[in-house]
Amino acid sequence: MKILVPVKRVVDYNVKIRVKADGSGVELANIKMSMNPFDEIAVEEALRLKEAGKASEVIAVSIGPVKTDETIRTALAMGADRGIWVKTEEAGIEPLTVAKLLKAIIAAEGPSLVILGKQAIDDDCNQTGQMLAALLGWPQATFASKIVVGEGTVDVTREIDGGLQTLRLALPAVLTTDLRLNEPRYASLPNIMKAKKKPIEEKSAAELGVDVAPRLEILSTSEPSGRTGGIKLASAAELVAHLKTAGVL
Amino acid sequence: MADTLPTLLLAEHDDASLNPVTARALTAALALGAPVHVLVAGENAQAAAQAAARLDGVAEVLLADGPAYAHRLAEPVAALGVALAPAYGALVAPSTAFGKSVMPRIAALIDVMQVSDVIAVIAPDTFDRPIYAGNALQRVRATDATKVLTIRTASFAAAGEGNAAPIRAVADAAPAGGASFLGEEIAASARPDLSAARIIVSGGRALGSAENFHAIVEPLADALGAAVGASRAAVDAGYAPNDWQVGQTGKVVAPDLYVALGISGAIQHLAGMKDSKVIVAINKDEDAPIFQVADYGLVGDLFEIVPALQAEIAKAKA
Ligand SMILES: Cc1cc2nc3c(=O)[nH]c(=O)nc-3n(C[C@H](O)[C@H](O)[C@H](O)COP(=O)(O)OP(=O)(O)OC[C@H]3O[C@@H](n4cnc5c(N)ncnc54)[C@H](O)[C@@H]3O)c2cc1C
Repeated sequence: MKILVPVKRVVDYNVKIRVKADGSGVELANIKMSMNPFDEIAVEEALRLKEAGKASEVIAVSIGPVKTDETIRTALAMGADRGIWVKTEEAGIEPLTVAKLLKAIIAAEGPSLVILGKQAIDDDCNQTGQMLAALLGWPQATFASKIVVGEGTVDVTREIDGGLQTLRLALPAVLTTDLRLNEPRYASLPNIMKAKKKPIEEKSAAELGVDVAPRLEILSTSEPSGRTGGIKLASAAELVAHLKTAGVL
Repeated sequence: MADTLPTLLLAEHDDASLNPVTARALTAALALGAPVHVLVAGENAQAAAQAAARLDGVAEVLLADGPAYAHRLAEPVAALGVALAPAYGALVAPSTAFGKSVMPRIAALIDVMQVSDVIAVIAPDTFDRPIYAGNALQRVRATDATKVLTIRTASFAAAGEGNAAPIRAVADAAPAGGASFLGEEIAASARPDLSAARIIVSGGRALGSAENFHAIVEPLADALGAAVGASRAAVDAGYAPNDWQVGQTGKVVAPDLYVALGISGAIQHLAGMKDSKVIVAINKDEDAPIFQVADYGLVGDLFEIVPALQAEIAKAKA
């Protein structure tokens, strides 16, 4: 069985982002970019399934402009077998469009499992996996913290409000990862070298028959009203006095 | 005309009771300006439907009750939403695990780009939402005729109660299979629900063990009548269950009082609590970033400060 893992290039999670002064967006020039952390977890899970003999091939896909191939290369260095790059003019293709592009790729590749991150840490949308599952007519399990592949099925434990839920999905299926699914590996130097020789196939949205025009018009981007630090107190008694005055006790 | 169509709000509930986030999402739904219908999907969910009918501003409750909707799996509930969608101008749900799982499925099937985590309704087609873990806010205009929204409920006050809206049964949509329920582990708790609590006490990695978390964080929470939260580090280390995680990828909360014990204040944690009214931080590192958002800080060892604080609270309440 093939596993398809869509990966997104995002601002590294350690970077404190800055809103552009003119409100036109977030400053992205000369900023460290990395693979979305949830997608790293997705790649790791796919690789573990391959290493356990449950999968035959792991394909990493990304959609985006120049340098998006670096993110695909990261997945290949972790151990994915090959890459597909849907090259676009712009970054920030909307989840609905991404889901349509992935659907077209899936029609050609025929994977039994698609594993995505539950959300990208840039737009925080948390939509793509669910949209893809819907467009394919496949079952889904979001927020996976444990994945067990059986015969023609996959059992997934999900992190939900209040605790954990376990579902059994008939394959093919779409899964999205939560933080506690696994700890992604670091790519070793030999594997980074090997990854340079692995193939990345380039495609265009036009060739996949998908219109990439956005549906959401971004009117402005602003800085949230910041909080300023308050005061440091000397004792628990002082704290209780302040909380009483503030009316929150 | 699309703008005269009513709004459909997907209720968050467990059949027996309505989750309080529903009343908050209702406030956002009402801000769109159209009549609001609430969809309660479940099995033996009559009680939840009755609770929804009591919420002020609800024009009608739609009850989809049957085995197809047991455990509210995303596939059948989304199929129901798609079947109902043509009669609505907007489909809205709270940003809960359930809402997040179902709404994008509906959006994709009706070819709409969803607006996730709405924190303010500016106009019926214009919304504010956080991006980058809340480090920037985006104002977006949704150009699709039908709007699909999930609501960050911490940003909206709860609608009141006192209504008696009619309840109408709706027929099952076409079955949507592929997923079956195997089981769940839901912790029963007498404490208030994290997403609706007035006070939250959260613990971080500094607690060092599940035993300490239990012995230090939980009694303080109980003394305050608070819900318990945790940082990702505390959850990953097994000190606290996953659904206590507060942050960018956990729950987003805005209580009147948030007490952070041994939490450094990483941006991903702040994303989940920085809209709290009053923030208290107890941390032994005076330079911990949590102090940059805390109204009141105590620098020191939480293992000494928390018992002292509990004693002071007991005194204050006596
Ligand atoms: C994609 C992604 C998503 C994430 N999502 C979340 C999320 O939703 N929520 C979240 O919380 N994190 C999230 N994180 C993790 C986040 O970056 C931090 O690693 C995490 O919040 C740290 O938890 P902590 O503050 O408990 O631990 P630490 O950062 O280790 O802080 C422990 C603090 O305790 C203090 N301390 C130690 N001993 C004592 C003592 N005896 N008394 C008092 N203070 C003491 C220390 O000074 C320190 O400040 C995410 C990370 C990534 C990459």
